Amino acid sequence: MNEVSRANQPAASQTGQGEADRRSGNQPRRAEMRVRPTAPILPPSNIQGNALMVVIAIMAFLACLTLGAVSMVRTTAAGWQSQISREITIQIKPDDGLDMDAALVKARDLALTFVGTRSGTIMDDAATARLLEPWLGADLQLDELPVPRLVIVTIDESNPPDFAAMRDLLKTEVPQAFLDDHRTWVDRLVSMARTTVWIGTGVLILVFTAMILTVIFATRGALSGNRHIVEVLHFVGAERGFVAREFQKHFLRISLKGSAIGGALAAFLFATANVWQSSSRATPESEQAMALFGSFSIGWSGYLGIFATMIVIALLTTVTARFTVMRTIDEIDLVRSDPSRSDGLPPS
Amino acid sequence: MIHFENVGLRYGMGPEILRDMTFDIPKRSFQFLTGPSGAGKTTLLRLLFMSLNPTRGIIRMFGRDLSQIPRDEFPMLRRRVGIVFQDFRLLDHLTTYENVALPLRVRGKEEASYRNDVIDLLKWVGLGERINVLPPVLSGGEKQRAAIARALMDRPEILLADEPTGNVDPPMARRLLSLFMELNRLGTAVVIATHDLALMDQIDARRMILTEGRLDIYE
Repeated sequence: MNEVSRANQPAASQTGQGEADRRSGNQPRRAEMRVRPTAPILPPSNIQGNALMVVIAIMAFLACLTLGAVSMVRTTAAGWQSQISREITIQIKPDDGLDMDAALVKARDLALTFVGTRSGTIMDDAATARLLEPWLGADLQLDELPVPRLVIVTIDESNPPDFAAMRDLLKTEVPQAFLDDHRTWVDRLVSMARTTVWIGTGVLILVFTAMILTVIFATRGALSGNRHIVEVLHFVGAERGFVAREFQKHFLRISLKGSAIGGALAAFLFATANVWQSSSRATPESEQAMALFGSFSIGWSGYLGIFATMIVIALLTTVTARFTVMRTIDEIDLVRSDPSRSDGLPPS
Repeated sequence: MIHFENVGLRYGMGPEILRDMTFDIPKRSFQFLTGPSGAGKTTLLRLLFMSLNPTRGIIRMFGRDLSQIPRDEFPMLRRRVGIVFQDFRLLDHLTTYENVALPLRVRGKEEASYRNDVIDLLKWVGLGERINVLPPVLSGGEKQRAAIARALMDRPEILLADEPTGNVDPPMARRLLSLFMELNRLGTAVVIATHDLALMDQIDARRMILTEGRLDIYE
């Protein structure tokens, strides 16, 4: 190694001279030599890098939008189900010799004896008339018509009463009573809500798959433009880990920027829609939007999901960059061990 | 320092590009590697730089049989060999200074620890005034010298140069040759692949002549 240390003797001697100049108080010439702050090994911005950032921003925006929409649909569907199943109805059909008012009170009291019921309301004459008004017109005299009457019982959703037992008891005590637990409607709505959530989840999976593939291919595309850098680093003696780390850092920065832009845009969109809906509540436009989409609020879990999506995209890009660089180095090594893979280099 | 024994190389199922190579490159030696185009000069340089494995024979570098060395140890061996590519392979977004400092940077050294050495080396190769210039602005000769400086930066034991005078005029070629001789005088073994006869005639050095895959050495 003696000859190695001698190899740069001119350089070393000049360095020594510079030190001597400094010590003797002379202004060293090197002081005039200013170098810029060391640039990163990978160019901070180039066409491929910018294009990748835009692709990541777009895919992050779409993925976050889908995630928010699915979370919204899920909340709305849960709301439908909950509002319907919160009530049951006891219907009493008129019959000869039946004291309707007494039967209504009896049915309500019977229902309230069950654990899991909360309150019972007898739909009075006025309310029943209002209910039938669209079909039978105003000024309806209920005494003149055999109109069934209703008792609405609210139940504890988390601890519902035994509907079969209640039905049997009512049948025994008030034979004209018929208990409707809205099961048919609830079942239909639950199935519709589930289908909607499944469709939403399916769309979410598709969008996330598209996002993953797009990010992987865009990262690999951006990396292919930097292959010469990998080769140079490899040939100046850089270890695999060093090269991979440099590329990881670079692509992590790009992906964080891209996914933050996309995610923030989606979050802003949801927040704006939510604010608009709150401020224009009870207007026809808002009611229409509410009926179609439910509430635009995605809650903290939705925003957390958007943040998680951003992190997933950033990690995905970084891991893809690492694997692609490792593979590029493997390919260079493969050429070493198998000259026939020599990229068509002329054996001049 | 480097020993080739019955080395042969073929690409795939093709004919042997290099045949029965047996030679040594001693420490502090200076040699030209020459021969007509297509004779295999670049391939031989790639064997010397460990970017190709021979299809037969043994290569020993710094006392170690290359076929027995695990892959992870190659970067350490490459650090003992400097190479100047025919196409320079400078990174266009880095300044001359940053390109030359690259071998030290990839070894994880702090910039402050090598800044003065890099500047001194750049002055030594005549690029003292071009430190902050990007490669696209450099002339062919300046790029060549920057590539040489990069190869020398980590004080290699052997320098391999592929057609180092291919892109420069005769005065610059003479200047580069002086640089290589000075380097050799300071202890580094030098292998210059060239087919520039005028360049080789300027000094009395060992000649390795490749003809149709066979090597003849004239001491």
